[in-house]
Amino acid sequence: MESTTRDFRENAFEARRDPQLQDALKRLGHGFPLKRRQAAARLPEFERLRDQAREIKDHVLENLDFYLERFEERVTEQGGQVHWATDAEAARQTILEICRKAGAKTVTKSKSMIGEEIAINDFLEDHDVEPIETDLGEYIIQLRHEPPSHIIAPAIHLSMGQVEETFREKHKDLPADRLLDDPEKLLTEARTQLREKFIAADVGLTGANMLIAETGSNVLVTNEGNADLTYSLPRVHIVIASLEKIVPTLEDATAILRVLARSATGQEMSVYTTFCTGPRREGDLDGPDEYHVVLLDNGRSELLGSEFQEMLRCIRCGACLNHCPVYGTVGGHAYGWVYSGPMGAVLIPGLIGIDEAGHLPNASTLCGRCESVCPMRIPLPRMLRAWRARQFERQGTGTAGRWALKAWAFLARRPWAYRRLMGWGVALMGAMGRGRGRFRRLPLASGWTNTRDLAAPEGDTFIQQWHKGPRGDASGERLRRRG
Amino acid sequence: MNAPPEKPLETTAAGRPCVGLFVTCLVDLMRPGVGFAAAELLARAGCDIAVPESQTCCGQPAYNSGDMADTLAIAKATIEAFEGFDYVVAPSGSCAGMLKVHYPEMFKDDAEWGPRAEVFAAKVFELLSFLADVVPLGPADVSWPGKASYHDSCAGLRELGVKAEPRRLLAGVDGLEIVEGEEAERCCGFGGLFCIKYEDISTGMVDVKVDDLVETGAEMVLGGDLGCLMNIAGRLQRRGIAIEARHAAEVLAGMDDLPPIGEPGGDPAPDPARRE
Amino acid sequence: MTARDQILGRLKRGLGRDRRPTDSAEARLAARSAGIIPERGADKSAEEKFSQFAEEAGKVDATLQRIASLTELPAAVADYLAGHNLPKTVRVAPSLENAPWETQPMLERAVGIAVGADTVGLSRAFAGVAETGTLVFLSGPDNPTTVNFLPPTHIAVLRADDLAGSYEQVWARIRAEGGENGGKTQLPRAVNWVTGPSRTADIEQTLLLGAHGPQRLHIVVVDDDT
Repeated sequence: MESTTRDFRENAFEARRDPQLQDALKRLGHGFPLKRRQAAARLPEFERLRDQAREIKDHVLENLDFYLERFEERVTEQGGQVHWATDAEAARQTILEICRKAGAKTVTKSKSMIGEEIAINDFLEDHDVEPIETDLGEYIIQLRHEPPSHIIAPAIHLSMGQVEETFREKHKDLPADRLLDDPEKLLTEARTQLREKFIAADVGLTGANMLIAETGSNVLVTNEGNADLTYSLPRVHIVIASLEKIVPTLEDATAILRVLARSATGQEMSVYTTFCTGPRREGDLDGPDEYHVVLLDNGRSELLGSEFQEMLRCIRCGACLNHCPVYGTVGGHAYGWVYSGPMGAVLIPGLIGIDEAGHLPNASTLCGRCESVCPMRIPLPRMLRAWRARQFERQGTGTAGRWALKAWAFLARRPWAYRRLMGWGVALMGAMGRGRGRFRRLPLASGWTNTRDLAAPEGDTFIQQWHKGPRGDASGERLRRRG
Repeated sequence: MNAPPEKPLETTAAGRPCVGLFVTCLVDLMRPGVGFAAAELLARAGCDIAVPESQTCCGQPAYNSGDMADTLAIAKATIEAFEGFDYVVAPSGSCAGMLKVHYPEMFKDDAEWGPRAEVFAAKVFELLSFLADVVPLGPADVSWPGKASYHDSCAGLRELGVKAEPRRLLAGVDGLEIVEGEEAERCCGFGGLFCIKYEDISTGMVDVKVDDLVETGAEMVLGGDLGCLMNIAGRLQRRGIAIEARHAAEVLAGMDDLPPIGEPGGDPAPDPARRE
Repeated sequence: MTARDQILGRLKRGLGRDRRPTDSAEARLAARSAGIIPERGADKSAEEKFSQFAEEAGKVDATLQRIASLTELPAAVADYLAGHNLPKTVRVAPSLENAPWETQPMLERAVGIAVGADTVGLSRAFAGVAETGTLVFLSGPDNPTTVNFLPPTHIAVLRADDLAGSYEQVWARIRAEGGENGGKTQLPRAVNWVTGPSRTADIEQTLLLGAHGPQRLHIVVVDDDT
């Protein structure tokens, strides 16, 4: 997918002025956090389960090679095939090759962020294979040629009216005068449209929330059941997954599943959690004849061993997005690429480079709410700072800002000069602002005063006043004055 | 150009804790009244207070901009200036968090400064939690009738766990009613340089806080961080909403002659010793 | 150099694999220890498990009934269809082929995999998990996966004795019954955990049942399935 992360500021500006989006974000920002809180309250072991999940993933990352090899062995033993792809292009070619060999005309897809990352849909279309998104949200945005705006609820930015408009435009074979005035009718229409496609598809392409080394399985997590129709009806099942998705055992997968849905939507468990292993067995009446797993690197092996390694613990629950005040203000499209929210701000620079994605780690107050809700306890603010440090080294922060910062740091390390200069500065500002107590406009601070008044300083600094005369006297004077 | 290193104040009476007040650059420069309120409260709580003159800034602007070299230098200077005290208290969750949580983190691989930072960090406290948990402030004859809502600043809340303490202290103020906003814990959009670099997003964020405050029916918003309070006050004023903003320390110290943030009110410190 | 070599090579170098044998990972993988099992998943008496299961299943909009034996199943199915105004035809998984269907002559049934026209699917759950009201289905010649997903109504039969407290108990049973092949866990093609009927909130965050999977999930718990 092409990135527009460089335009983050402009994207964010527009997003703030989109009333439809702002309504959707408000709902999301209240609903999901509330549900997560309630789910956590219902499970006394929740905090310990988060710690356990972190431990499992840390262990995996320390032994990623081993678990990937074991996974491959088990898949192959059971008649499946593992393909290794170093980057997006390799993954695309591999998938296309499998589709070609299968004579595939249509491919149903369940939601896959990796699929977005490698832009598989456009690629397949360019090569005369029709990809069909089956997750309702993904289906809607596919019709609209839009990217997802949330990692688990891709169409969250759309209103019912927009969905209706799209269905009327794209489902041309249906009577124009039909009613589509409630979500139920829209769902029924989508369901009917997609049912035939599920049944007719030659290939089913899914992502994987996890891969399990013990059994050579992939785990699929949905509420709709679309993934299950995607892998069980066609002749070929292709799984596309990045390297770090692997976990050792069924018990480990279970441990992580206990914190996944609760963190994402506040459900105890998603409606459908499926463990797929290999092609159909002898005697099975349904199921695919072929099972392929495409393991994608695309930058993960570089993140391993770096200060961003902990980002590889992410299980794509979306909790950080739901709780982030920045995401809640601008939505997912502003981030300009596949991922968004705090996890996007950390991961995107790791995948497409800090120069391209420079805004993202900076567009944060480091409030820490994300880390406080991450089921895998990923230290997101620390990594956002780490990206800022990398940028600083590369001098990517922009000259004006950097100059001001350097000046401040210079003074902060020289108390005598600091006291002098700051003393003059606030005395001046204090004098200017004394009448109104605040500034409506202040050159050099227009970033603030464009939308906020700026309180005027009192005029003397605290330390000046405190140290007036014999040590402690000025303070006593002031305290006494107040009776 | 540095002043000579501070010597810690000697305890004037046995058992009185010796507190180094880390006043914070914002309080020092923009609203010294908060510093005096902090000093008064600490005195009331039975502490001896000193204000090392060599303090400047905790280093957050550099730290949050990725300038590690300057951050480490500032951190070392701060530790040196304050490590002689029994306690180091700051009227700011974000500065206290910087000193208490981030200083040890940044020196963890340093054989000399690592242990020094740990010892130092153990003494650091945010003002309100210090007064609630460490040196009990005790009841005071302070009255401040009105309805106030409390803003939990992010670092104070999430790095230091400050939540109940300010409310407990404020409950002792006669006539003061605290009304909780739904968004009490939501980031106000200050974030240091963030509010300037991403001013439009920051404005969107502070508007959520402002709308929430209006919902509560509060006449005043209180908090423990001046940066947040100036940000919220600035937006309230620009939107023409008559809700005052103050640091909680001012209310606890009964400092009603200090005008609210951003309001004029004559000379707040008519100190004869003051330099013109 | 293949992509596989490149990727694994990079990983091994980065992880210092030449200095760090894989023994502890091997041991961990072989041990397959269960981690923390929450209190709500703890094993309990059969009656307690049933109550918990029924309550949790209800919370996720499944319906549930209990019958004494499989002889009552055809009547239960017929009643359910009548009660929901559904056509009297059922896609039956082979595992339930031998229930006494002749007692319900008005009920049309077809045995085998599901097809697009099917309105109701009837299949057998391998286990239930009281912890969250979850059903566990294993694919196989007796239980085609599509029966669980394609028809808009799904009726699932569960033996009361197959009700477990936690997921871990079910994995242990699956390993035991799967016939471990030299210590290696054998899973069927698909293991489905089903917790309620299909749902989506993708349109203006309005919760709707029946996205692509079944709109209705009815669970029939059987005390005795001989």
